[in-house]
Amino acid sequence: MNLDAKIPEGLIAEKWSSHKFKMKLVNPANRRKYHVIVVGSGLAGGAAAASLAEQGYNVSCFCYQDSPRRAHSIAAQGGINAAKNYQNDGDSVHRLFYDTVKGGDYRAREANVYRLAEVSSSIIDQCVASGVPFAREYGGQLANRSFGGAQVSRTFYARGQTGQQLLLGAYASLSRQIGLGKVKMYNRHEMLDVVKVDGHAKGIIVRNMVTGKISRHAGDCVVLATGGYGNVFFLSTNAQGCNVTAAYRAYKRGAGFANPCYTQIHPTCIPVHGDQQSKLTLMSESLRNDGRVWAPKSAETARQIRAGKLQANDVPEDGRDYYLERKYPSFGNLAPRDISSRAAKEACDEGRGIAATGLGVYLDFRDAIKRDGRKAIEERYGNLFDMYQCITGDNPYEVPMMIFPAVHYAMGGLWVDYNLESTIPGMFVGGEANFSDHGANRLGASALMQGLADGYFVLPYTVGNYLGEQGVAAAGKVTTEHPAFAEVEAEVQARMDKLLSINGTESPRSFHKRLGQIVWDKCGMARSKEGLESAIKEVQALRKEFWENVRVVGEAEGINPELEKAGRVADFMEFGELMCRDALMREESCGGHFRVEHQTADGEAMRDDENFAFVGVWEYLGDDTEPALHREPLIYENVKLATRSYK
Amino acid sequence: MEKTMNLTLKVWRQKNAGTAGRFVEYPLKDVSEDSSFLEMLDILNEELVEQGQEPVAFDHDCREGICGMCSMTINGTAHGPQRATTACQLHMRHFHDGETITIEPWRAKPFPVMKDLIVDRSPFDRIIQSGGFITGRAGSAVDANAMPIPKSTADYAMDAAACIGCGACVAACPNASAMLFTAAKVVHMNSLPQGKAEKDRRTLAMVTTMDGEGFGGCTNIGECEAVCPKQISLDMIAHLNRDYAAAQVKDFFKQV
Repeated sequence: MNLDAKIPEGLIAEKWSSHKFKMKLVNPANRRKYHVIVVGSGLAGGAAAASLAEQGYNVSCFCYQDSPRRAHSIAAQGGINAAKNYQNDGDSVHRLFYDTVKGGDYRAREANVYRLAEVSSSIIDQCVASGVPFAREYGGQLANRSFGGAQVSRTFYARGQTGQQLLLGAYASLSRQIGLGKVKMYNRHEMLDVVKVDGHAKGIIVRNMVTGKISRHAGDCVVLATGGYGNVFFLSTNAQGCNVTAAYRAYKRGAGFANPCYTQIHPTCIPVHGDQQSKLTLMSESLRNDGRVWAPKSAETARQIRAGKLQANDVPEDGRDYYLERKYPSFGNLAPRDISSRAAKEACDEGRGIAATGLGVYLDFRDAIKRDGRKAIEERYGNLFDMYQCITGDNPYEVPMMIFPAVHYAMGGLWVDYNLESTIPGMFVGGEANFSDHGANRLGASALMQGLADGYFVLPYTVGNYLGEQGVAAAGKVTTEHPAFAEVEAEVQARMDKLLSINGTESPRSFHKRLGQIVWDKCGMARSKEGLESAIKEVQALRKEFWENVRVVGEAEGINPELEKAGRVADFMEFGELMCRDALMREESCGGHFRVEHQTADGEAMRDDENFAFVGVWEYLGDDTEPALHREPLIYENVKLATRSYK
Repeated sequence: MEKTMNLTLKVWRQKNAGTAGRFVEYPLKDVSEDSSFLEMLDILNEELVEQGQEPVAFDHDCREGICGMCSMTINGTAHGPQRATTACQLHMRHFHDGETITIEPWRAKPFPVMKDLIVDRSPFDRIIQSGGFITGRAGSAVDANAMPIPKSTADYAMDAAACIGCGACVAACPNASAMLFTAAKVVHMNSLPQGKAEKDRRTLAMVTTMDGEGFGGCTNIGECEAVCPKQISLDMIAHLNRDYAAAQVKDFFKQV
């Protein structure tokens, strides 16, 4: 597997502009001869499809939702980072770059992160121009707030609905291109495989989720922007439809899968209420700007709270342990996500957890309301407080919120080079689906930034460069009549038929739940060699059971949510094993990956830069063969590797 | 301990767009009051699968009240009894033990039922495609702070932009009018300085597309505002009417 990252020569601040200059351009009149397939319509996919169409390429865009406006980017609440330094607080491209590399626990690729920080400013300009109603100050200037892991205010936001507004901006641009006929939109279509011709990605096989019809689509290249794999854990903050299928199918066709063990567990989610639950809800990290996180100092107090004999508000000040402020005084409640999550787990492991399950801590606004008044807090977080009350029935203005960490984001993803091209030539990967920018831990408000950076400012250039290199003579040459399409389509069909024919006794959801339990217990917030080894065996056994005993009711034709679910769960089964394998291989603790064997005396993560400063990239070798590990070394020329400290 | 309840569900079942549907009754036991409404449907569906029956198909995705995918009429009200709440954010504590709950799809001619509770809302996309955007190429924008926008203007645009495009407004309207949706989209962009250049064009195009899709006219009933999970105000419709009248007048004089 060739892992040439193709990082341009030169000073880090000049790499992107010199690279853009060296790129092949496609004559505007020739662009209409090319056809680009974009899978996914979130920030990365939607923005890429719109921008490529604006440039003149013909685009087909696919999404599984009933409208591109519903991609899961929409659910991001808190904000988007940009190195504008509008607050005059010392921010710069270099600082955003540095914070992101450090926040990612030195496991991201420097050059990609720098480019991300560099284009961040243009993203805000672009969004404002397209009508995103960011929060403003009375003087009409844009407002900012600070987010975890940063000591400057560089986060732009639109109430608690930033992701929604950014996505609606990209969706509006995309809709314009659909209206103009430059983008053909396929709603309610799910990609089930990639088709390669002479080694290059030249098309996809999709299922129309309304008719059930399987169809072939050919293009000059394929862009995957299909999101993250957090739903492998069953319970996560991801949307119900989020899945790994597109990325995993690409992996099986030869795309390297990078760092699958880097999953982000977000510290501020609403605790699990019981076993009827289907999903977890995130409360924006921005709440930690004013809310104080605490657990009772003594296990006895916690026990009384759990038994309902004591209320949170009755716990006196000296009975409260504001553990983030205590352990990380300089960042306090704004400590990064991985660190805050682990600290919450630690408190609960000590028996100091609250909520009925003992798996919860408090996020308390009492002091902020006393300081700034209820009105100010309402203005900042009103919709989040309402959402909390709606779900739990508690009023957070009066009693502290209960929170607990939950799976939220996948830093790992398909391996891509500097051009966001995977190890399959002609297959580009953007947004959460790729691995490149967040290392082992993503900082708050960086996901939206990355999605839009890839979609608006990186892919439109690098895809054009690829098409230019292929030459105009090659444009549109591959059609769905090529035998490779028939071959892959037959495989997809056979898999569907197989799923429908097993006719066992257990539902896909039930298998999914069992898979989630295994990976959450053994590949969740704390991982051990022993646990991971047993998880791999358990997942393998579960996968075998799945293919013998899954029950998929309904038919291949028409709308069949059970069939959709079964296909996704089948891929999660295989992917879950890969994730555990990666976690087992990585004998260190970094970011969201915490191996209990590798920690300091006071429980902090211990990285091993000497042996593990690399991207772990997995190559598929067969269903019953262990995948091969390849390494892309991470070379830091601009940031000094250091122990990450937020104390 | 969590409280549970037993329910009777009357659910609309329809195989596809071409066949007639009907209500089917299902008893459901031991539903936790902490479950969301869609989690309650998940439980029903698991029971149906266990009996080898097809589960109830319904649209849903984020389950955080923001994607706008979930769409069902519960006991006669779009998204159910809680104000400003989508079906996915509605929790069972608002129902009581022994209750019979009626669940049906959005009922509106422009939103044909595709299966069970799933309807086709693509007319909304087409309204946006006809003009619900601000034209501007990626990379061509000036600095975001170059044009100060008063806070009150930004807040007002945000009030309109909060629309999640779920279609409850259409489902609740006796005329199946899409005025609240269209108004929210038009007002969001028309009220911002960056959206002024295309204001008239946008307004005329979107209203024309809306009418062409077969939505009914607005007669100021206000059901849309009452069921809107994002509390989009009827004032938005008044604003759209003003912009539409102005655009029409200008268009008329351009033609003579």
